[in-house]
Amino acid sequence: MARMTGRRALLAVPVLLAVTLGVFAVAAAAPFDPVKAYAGTAGLTASQENLDQIRHNLGVDQPLLGRWWHWLTGALTGDLGDSATLRAPVSQVIGERIGWSVLLCALAFVIAIIVGTLLGVLAARRRGSLLDRAVTSAAYTLEAAPPFWLGLLAVWLFALKLGVLPAGGLTDTGSEVATAGQIARHVVLPALVLAVSQLPWFVLYVRQGVGDALEEDPVRGARARGLSERTVLLRHALRSGLLPVLTLIGSRVPELITGALLVETVFSWPGIAAATVQAATSVDFPLLAALTVLATAAVLVGNLLSDLLYGLADPRVGFDG
Amino acid sequence: MTARSIRSAAAALAGTMAFGAAACSTPSDGKGGAAGAQDSAVVGIAYEPESLSPLLGYGKDGNSKIFDGLLTHDADMKLRPALAAKLPEVSDDGRTYTYTLRDGVTFSDGKPFTADDVVFTYETILDEKTNNASKAELDALEKVEKKDARTVVFHLKYAYAPFAERTVLPIAPKHIAGKQDVNTGSFTTHPVGTGPYILTNWSKGEKLTFKANPHYWGGAPKVKNFTMAIIKDDDVRATRLRSGDLDGAILPPNLAATFKSAKDMKTLSAKTFDYRNVTLPTANEVTGDKAVRRALDIAVDRKAMVDGILDGAGKPAYGPVPTDSPWFAKGTERVHDLKKAERILDDAGWKKGENGIREKDGRPASFKLWYLAGDKLRQEHALAFASDAKKAGIEVKVESGPWEAIQPNMKTDAVLAGGGSPADPDFDQYLLLHSSLAGDGFNNMSRYDNPKVDKALVDARRTDDKAARKAGYDTVQRELADDPAYIFLTHIDHLYVVKDRWKDLTTQVEPHDHGLASGPWWNVEDWQPAK
Repeated sequence: MARMTGRRALLAVPVLLAVTLGVFAVAAAAPFDPVKAYAGTAGLTASQENLDQIRHNLGVDQPLLGRWWHWLTGALTGDLGDSATLRAPVSQVIGERIGWSVLLCALAFVIAIIVGTLLGVLAARRRGSLLDRAVTSAAYTLEAAPPFWLGLLAVWLFALKLGVLPAGGLTDTGSEVATAGQIARHVVLPALVLAVSQLPWFVLYVRQGVGDALEEDPVRGARARGLSERTVLLRHALRSGLLPVLTLIGSRVPELITGALLVETVFSWPGIAAATVQAATSVDFPLLAALTVLATAAVLVGNLLSDLLYGLADPRVGFDG
Repeated sequence: MTARSIRSAAAALAGTMAFGAAACSTPSDGKGGAAGAQDSAVVGIAYEPESLSPLLGYGKDGNSKIFDGLLTHDADMKLRPALAAKLPEVSDDGRTYTYTLRDGVTFSDGKPFTADDVVFTYETILDEKTNNASKAELDALEKVEKKDARTVVFHLKYAYAPFAERTVLPIAPKHIAGKQDVNTGSFTTHPVGTGPYILTNWSKGEKLTFKANPHYWGGAPKVKNFTMAIIKDDDVRATRLRSGDLDGAILPPNLAATFKSAKDMKTLSAKTFDYRNVTLPTANEVTGDKAVRRALDIAVDRKAMVDGILDGAGKPAYGPVPTDSPWFAKGTERVHDLKKAERILDDAGWKKGENGIREKDGRPASFKLWYLAGDKLRQEHALAFASDAKKAGIEVKVESGPWEAIQPNMKTDAVLAGGGSPADPDFDQYLLLHSSLAGDGFNNMSRYDNPKVDKALVDARRTDDKAARKAGYDTVQRELADDPAYIFLTHIDHLYVVKDRWKDLTTQVEPHDHGLASGPWWNVEDWQPAK
């Protein structure tokens, strides 16, 4: 187990290096001009000399590899550089925002896992029943619905038509400070939408796993021994039926990140999504690279976690052979 | 899965969530829900500044709320002293401006404001290490000198009449901003100034919240809490205004019209210098032809654009100066006259071909017109221009793109451009028309080169004599009417819908940029409750 973790960590180094270099290369090839993005409207009346000076100050007149190397060596010593567009150190930009993104994602993930498992088990108990068909077809429909569309729908229904929940932001517009109560009210819609967009995979996996387990010999044996339905379900079917869900938890991380980007945008949630979009369109190299490293790391850790969990739960699988 | 591993996974998850809550940076000291209170106002704006540091260009045109300049503008855009005790004394050669500073002013952290702060601010902006894209506006400035604790002297490289207009730019505190990286330090997002409001929070992409500065030298504002919500989408802004979330917002004409019957709302329309024009590059053989330019200038139906595109909220433009400004050269209005336009083209040898498009020496009267992708107002102007030109036999191929795509083509293709600066005619016209700036960034995009205009522009900025300046800008406008290197189409009113809770709201004459200072909230510190 420790060996697998160590091996994966070693493998992560070249992956992260390649990903950051890729980000710099793609950004350098993009048609966007970082100086223009930096200067904003003032750039439209600035003199060329002035713009050239800013280009030099920002260091974007350097060749691609040099810029990447400069960023990399800085990052290794703990200096992530300065975000040009947000006019602040990258570490500060990320520090101020990542908490809100983590809060949103964690809530959504927990809701998706709990509700998904519950619905999946209910559906699996009587396959082919009305409940099963309803849950399954709803899950397939949701699978096809993009999170931003669900978000807009939720805003329209809960904020505009019913007026029960705020349409966006972290707090009420007029409020000066973020109280726990306000944040709790504002996180409901985005977290639910993100959870709902993740839900179908859990429902379908759990339904399949538990359903199959219910038909396996040990379960039938247990039934034959006259154990109660409740014990059969919880003690036997659920344990083997939930195994595939463990893999799913790790592999859903990338989807969760992209889903969060869209949901944050729809609900003006002050997480790292807005920063990511802005970093990309304004070719803000240091910020873009740091955010990509972060997302890549989350995906790698997610995969490792699911493999570890699976290995722990089912010793036959082992750790990386 | 064992029970132990389930528990540890749950603990890990809970840990992540706790970290999420702990890492949040917004303060939470318990009060809130200020919207709707008598002493608070929430407005919706479409624009967010890149930075709040005056050293990087924030608030350079005055009215920054957090800061004060040496001077400021009143409702009529006349200069008034702010951090200066009175208007500056100008030397006879127009090259030395002396400011006496107001006594007893403090920054919101309690430290006194002094001449050192003024010198620091201007010197930092001029420093080439400072990433300020507007520093060319201080080109005339040679050096700033502290004479004594209350006196600052500006020495100019050349006499520059509108210089005092530049000193509305906000003064930064040396004791804070001088101690950090000017481009990325915390001052750029957590500014400290002398202004009527103190920034309490800036949630990027969401809102800026302010509280009144109780020790403001101009008196504590009545509106104690002020919030600017950043809502880029017009429809969302209108919805949130209707739902009561906002007390006021800037809206495009069609959405502002939907609030006409709301009895507790009123619509304020701000006059502007905000124009839309079409650049006609001299390097292009079609748009560089004076006959084509003159024909297009009278072939366009400006009145129809104002009525159709702007819903009447604007006026026809014949040059950078709006027709109701005292700087406007009377008699340079051009009437829509398609017949005359066709005659000009016929006389110049542009003959109509089979497909209705004119030709001269085998060259079709055709050119490309770019507009900024996503800007609906520019798109409609571009299409209207193209359709008017077509009637005169000139083909305009409209194309859209981001500035990155437009800029490389500006030398030969036309662009639907915008601009406008009310403070002084020099600010616009020099950048727009002086031949020395032809093709310099986005300045003088038509690469206009007219020695008479060059001379008039320079003479008018060198003298302090109002009549001589007026004569200079009259010459510029008349030359522009004779050889329209730009076809000016409209001046656009900015519309604001505001709840009827305050007395006597006003607007200033506004520039092209929608800064934070525009709108009825230009003087929110002076607002009084209606009852």
